Amino acid sequence: MTDAERRGTKLGIGERRSVVIGVGVLAWLVGLLWIFPVAWTVLTSFKTEDDAAAQTLHHGLSFGRYSDIGHSTQGTLSLQSAFTNSLVVVLVSTTIVMLLALPAAYALAIRPIHKWRDVLFFFISTKFLPIVASIFPIYVYAEKWNLIGTRTVLIILYIAINLPLAIWMLRSFFKEIPRELIEAAEIDGTNLYNQLRTVILPIAAPGIAATALLCVIFAWNEYFYALQLNFASASTMPQWVTSNVSTRGNFLAKLSAASVIACLPVVIAGWATQKRMIRGLSMGALK
Amino acid sequence: MTATAADATLTRGKVGDPFSSAWRRRLPLLPALLYMVAITQLPFLVSIYYSLTDLKDKTQSLIPEPTKFVGFENYRRIFSDPFFRQAMWTSVKMTVLSVVLSLFIGTLFAVLLDRKFFGRGLIRTLLITPFLLMPVVAALIWKQQMFSSLFGVLNKVLNFLGLNSVAFISDHPLGSIITVLVWQWTPFMMLIVLAGLQSQPSDILEAADVDGASGFGIFRQLTLPHLRPYLELGALLGSIYIVQAFDAIDVMTGGGPGSTNVPYYVYQESIGGGFRYGSASAYAIVVVVFSIIIATLALRLLSSLFRDEDRA
Repeated sequence: MTDAERRGTKLGIGERRSVVIGVGVLAWLVGLLWIFPVAWTVLTSFKTEDDAAAQTLHHGLSFGRYSDIGHSTQGTLSLQSAFTNSLVVVLVSTTIVMLLALPAAYALAIRPIHKWRDVLFFFISTKFLPIVASIFPIYVYAEKWNLIGTRTVLIILYIAINLPLAIWMLRSFFKEIPRELIEAAEIDGTNLYNQLRTVILPIAAPGIAATALLCVIFAWNEYFYALQLNFASASTMPQWVTSNVSTRGNFLAKLSAASVIACLPVVIAGWATQKRMIRGLSMGALK
Repeated sequence: MTATAADATLTRGKVGDPFSSAWRRRLPLLPALLYMVAITQLPFLVSIYYSLTDLKDKTQSLIPEPTKFVGFENYRRIFSDPFFRQAMWTSVKMTVLSVVLSLFIGTLFAVLLDRKFFGRGLIRTLLITPFLLMPVVAALIWKQQMFSSLFGVLNKVLNFLGLNSVAFISDHPLGSIITVLVWQWTPFMMLIVLAGLQSQPSDILEAADVDGASGFGIFRQLTLPHLRPYLELGALLGSIYIVQAFDAIDVMTGGGPGSTNVPYYVYQESIGGGFRYGSASAYAIVVVVFSIIIATLALRLLSSLFRDEDRA
């Protein structure tokens, strides 16, 4: 803990050493308390079902549940197909979001159109519309056009979920690009596509990656549309997790293993980009 | 409705000359704009239309054409529906309590994390993890592991302390759901407030410290006003997502007295089993109007609170 004292703190100039240590200890307690339900679930996923149900540990830990969840009964949603569905839906929708959002953010940040504020507000305001207000017409038309139970309908809707956020974040990252670079490219007569490719993308690459990752997270975790517009065969990871809840016999260890598997890709991605993601989110509003 | 501002932008200018410089500037924006109008505004208009009809689906075979135009009958009936009123009240409690609590706890965490201590990066990583979890998984973890009546961890702790077990989800459905929402959203609020704290110029703080201001005084008079836009942003984004909470309710209680919010009620009335699409659409429209009013009011209220703080 001498480490903490040596580095000092922002407000801790005149503070006693005990206070600095106290803050560190408190932060550790809070952090461990907050992660506890997750840590407990990870532990449960390695237990036997009997131990998991009774919250005991008599039979040791193993990877047994992780191999169990790979096998599914005939006719139900398997891990493999849920994972493939999720992967396809998430990747395709995020790609299209970025293709639409990059030029839009350009028109809102780099060469802003007249009344760009109103347009930006329109994009954000679509997030205020409750999903339930439009789910029924969407359901009717999806049915009409034979899209119920397909990946396509989820891709179409996930683009709409993520596009406003992506435009908002990309705009804030584009704002940070030095104007001179863009003006130089404009004087050279470079067209939009080449400007994006040679000047903007390389500079804003980290921000673009963070934006794409946030879209991936929201699409990967989405449950309502996937539940309403899909039958088991075309459904995604969140539904697969809930399918591990069983009314017969103990299922807690298996459910825990399924939860870990379902969340792991996004949790790792989030850990890796935590700082940049939040910077993009907060700057989008404040700049 | 919300499209009007954008429409005005598009129609203004030289409409007759599609290759004018103004149109070239707008061109990159158009695909995204048209997409959002098509996917979010058109269904909304269709919803308004349905809300004026008595469309229902007794055979569950989905007849897309409304059977009878009933005018504002559906809207009139909303205000005599006690279940809808209850759902509204649940929505307000759920959203306000979750946002306020997660913002408050998130700010405390952010203040802690703004200081340097051993393992700060690791603790921040641990703290943000609940926000990254699938909402469905978060709800399942709490339902099956923490709140469970027989073997739940919380009841084990209560018993260990000599207290009686509590049937959390059946006796306190709303509290249980709010707990999960706060658990997930606190990290998000923490990260936003943390971004605000770290953008605060340190020389002012040091000057105040030299002048002998107390730590709490500095926080209240310098840091809090600086954080205002960040807190507002957190409240706004949190409300947008939490007011629509569906996953946690579906997984934990499946609706029921005390935990059915408006989105879940509309869902139950329509595709969730009621199949009364006409009246469900009217509910949905009312929800939209209310969420816009509440969002505007909440922002105003928040701003004025902090302005009072400035004067004090």
